[in-house]
Amino acid sequence: MKTVTQFAFALALTFGAIFSANPSQAHEIKLGDLVIHHPWIKQPPGNATVAGGYTKIDNKGKEDDTLLSVAVEGVHTVMIHEMKMEGDVMKMNELKDGLNIPAGKSVELKPKSYHLMLMGLKSAYMEGEQVKGTFTFAKAGKVDVDFEVVAPGVDMPMKH
Amino acid sequence: MAILGMVALVASILGLVFWQNSGTPGHSPALANFGVPFKLATTKGGELDSQTLKGKPYGIFFGFAHCPEVCPTTLFEMSAALKELGDDAKDFRLLFITIDPERDTLPVIKDYLANFDPRIEGLVPTLEQLPIIAKGFHIYYKKEPTSDGSYTMDHTATLLLMNRKGEFARTISFEEGRATRVAKLKLLLADQ
Repeated sequence: MKTVTQFAFALALTFGAIFSANPSQAHEIKLGDLVIHHPWIKQPPGNATVAGGYTKIDNKGKEDDTLLSVAVEGVHTVMIHEMKMEGDVMKMNELKDGLNIPAGKSVELKPKSYHLMLMGLKSAYMEGEQVKGTFTFAKAGKVDVDFEVVAPGVDMPMKH
Repeated sequence: MAILGMVALVASILGLVFWQNSGTPGHSPALANFGVPFKLATTKGGELDSQTLKGKPYGIFFGFAHCPEVCPTTLFEMSAALKELGDDAKDFRLLFITIDPERDTLPVIKDYLANFDPRIEGLVPTLEQLPIIAKGFHIYYKKEPTSDGSYTMDHTATLLLMNRKGEFARTISFEEGRATRVAKLKLLLADQ
């Protein structure tokens, strides 16, 4: 299994740049006034037990909402983090009260910014795999989503 | 008198040599002294002694395997840059030094690096060695507890490039794209 994963990762390293030019089909999930765009996970290297999860959330309503928590199948803990560069130092900041999604605005969880930190992966991810998850918002409630596992080195599978 | 003259001549030559050395452009004493010698356990087996690195340029990056973004991206981008340079960079080594030796044992790092370019080598300092090498290379790192009782690490995300003489040459920052990485590596490789 590990060998297969490593082979897939090597392939992804080789072809990542090519695949990134052909973004996989974006999908949207609607929940009340919220639109969740194409949740995705970046395939981590080797035996890594952590991975970054990303998405974009539009709030088309008149009230702010908050992304309180996210659960991902087969992952021990999912935290909402903010990554910041302070000079040349990378700092991680856990958003313990959740991530505010302001009324009428979009919030993007993307590399080098807000992201979901998946900690304690029970098995390695393969590129193209679909992983089930649940988003919980303070007002809009819960919604099930599918994350797509994307090749390493790809920063933005969604091209709008 | 003749002896005195000889002494004066030798002294002035020595003076000139020292003056020239300290005045060589781009090799200020402060930069030449950047970094510390090290002997660390390596994923290639045994220990890597920094003395053996002289004569070939190398890069140093401090990171950890529980790193969701900066480390995999840096390793991925450097693998791509080295692939692009091919044999031109056959003498180059990139040393990935973990700042989290409690979780990152040699087998963990070896597996973590398995799919990146083979010129990337993992080094695991002991808890005693880590602060010394990090300070020597001006690397910041700090454990940040997370709500699940675990922790993540804040750390310097800049990659350091060392020339053939083992002197600090330039940096590659996390934000820099592939073309810049390749250009900086070419400059390093061309520097004799």
